[in-house]
Amino acid sequence: MLNAPKIFLTIGGKHQRHAMLVLMIATLLLLPFITDVLLGRGWVRIVDFAMLYIMLALGLNIVVGYAGLLDLGYIAFFAVGAYCYALTGSPHLALAFPMLFPDGVHLSFWIVLPLAALIAGGFGVLLGAPTLGLRGDYLAIVTLGFGEIIRIFLNNLNAPINLTNGPQGISRIDPISVSGVSLNATQEIFGITFPSVHLYFYLFLAFTALVIFISQRLEKSRIGRAWMAIREDEIAASAMGINTRNLKLLAFAMGAMFGGASGALFAGFQGFVSPESFSLMESIMVLCMVVLGGMGNIAGVILGGVLLALLPEILRHSVVPLQQALFGKSIIDPESLRMLMFGGALIAVMLYRPAGLWPSRVRRRELNTDEADEKV
Amino acid sequence: MEIFLQQIINGLVQGSVYALVALGYTMVYGILGLINFAHGEVVMVGAMLALSALTAMLGWGVPPLLALLLSVGLAMAGCMALGYSIERIAYRPLRHAPRLAPLITAIGVSIVLQNLAMMIWGRQYHSFPTLFATSSHVIGGAIINDIQIAIVILAVLIMAGLMVVVHRTRLGRAMRAVAENQHSAQLMGVDVNRVISITFMLGSALAAIAGLMVSANYGLAHYYMGFLLGLKAFTAAVLGGIGNLRGAMLGGLLLGLIESLGTGYIGDLTGGFLGSNYQDVFAFFVLIAVLVFRPSGLLGERIAERA
Repeated sequence: MLNAPKIFLTIGGKHQRHAMLVLMIATLLLLPFITDVLLGRGWVRIVDFAMLYIMLALGLNIVVGYAGLLDLGYIAFFAVGAYCYALTGSPHLALAFPMLFPDGVHLSFWIVLPLAALIAGGFGVLLGAPTLGLRGDYLAIVTLGFGEIIRIFLNNLNAPINLTNGPQGISRIDPISVSGVSLNATQEIFGITFPSVHLYFYLFLAFTALVIFISQRLEKSRIGRAWMAIREDEIAASAMGINTRNLKLLAFAMGAMFGGASGALFAGFQGFVSPESFSLMESIMVLCMVVLGGMGNIAGVILGGVLLALLPEILRHSVVPLQQALFGKSIIDPESLRMLMFGGALIAVMLYRPAGLWPSRVRRRELNTDEADEKV
Repeated sequence: MEIFLQQIINGLVQGSVYALVALGYTMVYGILGLINFAHGEVVMVGAMLALSALTAMLGWGVPPLLALLLSVGLAMAGCMALGYSIERIAYRPLRHAPRLAPLITAIGVSIVLQNLAMMIWGRQYHSFPTLFATSSHVIGGAIINDIQIAIVILAVLIMAGLMVVVHRTRLGRAMRAVAENQHSAQLMGVDVNRVISITFMLGSALAAIAGLMVSANYGLAHYYMGFLLGLKAFTAAVLGGIGNLRGAMLGGLLLGLIESLGTGYIGDLTGGFLGSNYQDVFAFFVLIAVLVFRPSGLLGERIAERA
């Protein structure tokens, strides 16, 4: 459990460690401005999305990484959160219930956020309670089915009561505002101009930091240790007096809550939601982040999230011009190349580096049986 | 009544296809205890290969029946090679790894296959060429055409053939022995790796035929057809009791019937609140319901014993 400080210890003494930390925080705080100057405003938006993905990946990490439950429908919880905010923060409900809400519902973001997390968590319990007794691979397929069910309902619940507006999705969602300051407009604070994407960056940074903090505390808590015990040997864990069913359910619900909260942030940031954003491929992408980065290791998951969120943009800016230069036209579009790389990465990581690019120690020991045997 | 009969016929036709695909899942599961998540994509590759070969050969003026037989053979050979390679590359190295590992590689394989297919055959729907003049028959007000009759008869024949292979031949005995206990089978002189490879190839050959059947029935094939079909066939395998061959057949037919009857009547049952656009939801609800109330399926042994 002491591995995190140890990394820093190898770098230097206590003062150097503090200096590193300060430097890291300063870089993060300046990141939108640096990105803006070096790469342009569009990239700040991409970084914002990367933060959302990191939050999602950290949420899934609780389920897959800590508790060892493969969830292939994780994006459904993200969808639930996003639609919660979309419905309660837009004029849309006026269409469905003109008598009840003549202008739609416009709840404050700070009410909707916990609400979205709770509702998503509720869905997690609803799905988990009957199915968590199943073996891992069955659970994976059931969660996949659940993700598809949610998407089919979002696509079709526009009749007879127009609840989700079907494939067109819900637009004109209220922007997030923090203490009366709307994040959707350029704001001037202390004489510095903050464009909208910068403001969202700081909001997401704060939430990401919170998620990291919670994940870290969970990992080292009694609950986290119980999850890892279940992951490594469920029978042994229950023999040690761990209530495996309830703890697995808790992991599922916690993961779902993080997904739901990220979904609400996503809806507010984008101002528009549609079922298209919540396809199975999105679930797989988030899973890729966790698996590729290193299941159960926060730093690894963040690394995976950054890599995979930036990959499509990098491909778009490199593959198309490269093909143009080589063949005179674009043969392979970057989107399918990206998916091909995801698939290949999943296979390669599992075959050659099952604990991920930046593995957690416990996980590496578990997945690499030879090493474990040597230690025993 | 005509509607009811029509839905039964549609269900049986669709169900025989599910059953063929479900057999592939169940054979692999019976022997390795592994969900071959990429199996649906093998069906898709089979359909695409057969369709391309068929279209090309008709263009060269090959007689329709010969072209059909040749392209079925080609698709089966291609899928068998694919099934063999999938097992060698993605599953065999992980045979003793934790459960989640092969499942994750399987997802990877299925994404790779899907996107490769999209690169090769494009995003568009490919239509199935008309080979013979088919006629429709009216039975009690319901319509069934020659293609559908051929699908059901062929599926029954193939399943009967598979049962003979598994229960009457040396290879089948070896397969059952490996399913029972890999180590003991090895000690008795069974080449376990060979049996597993052959199982994958058999399942993939069935998948190729099923793929051709689906595209002939709907007249269409495209790169994404394997995903949903695979999931439904897996549901069928679970419904019948995964690992059990008869169960897969029964589950396939039942799921086909549930789906077509459910789609036909859901509008009336819910007073128009839910319509036929919820067709794909049934399979998932069946899957969840079976796993919750009877995880061993209709004919299967208890799953806990296999854990």
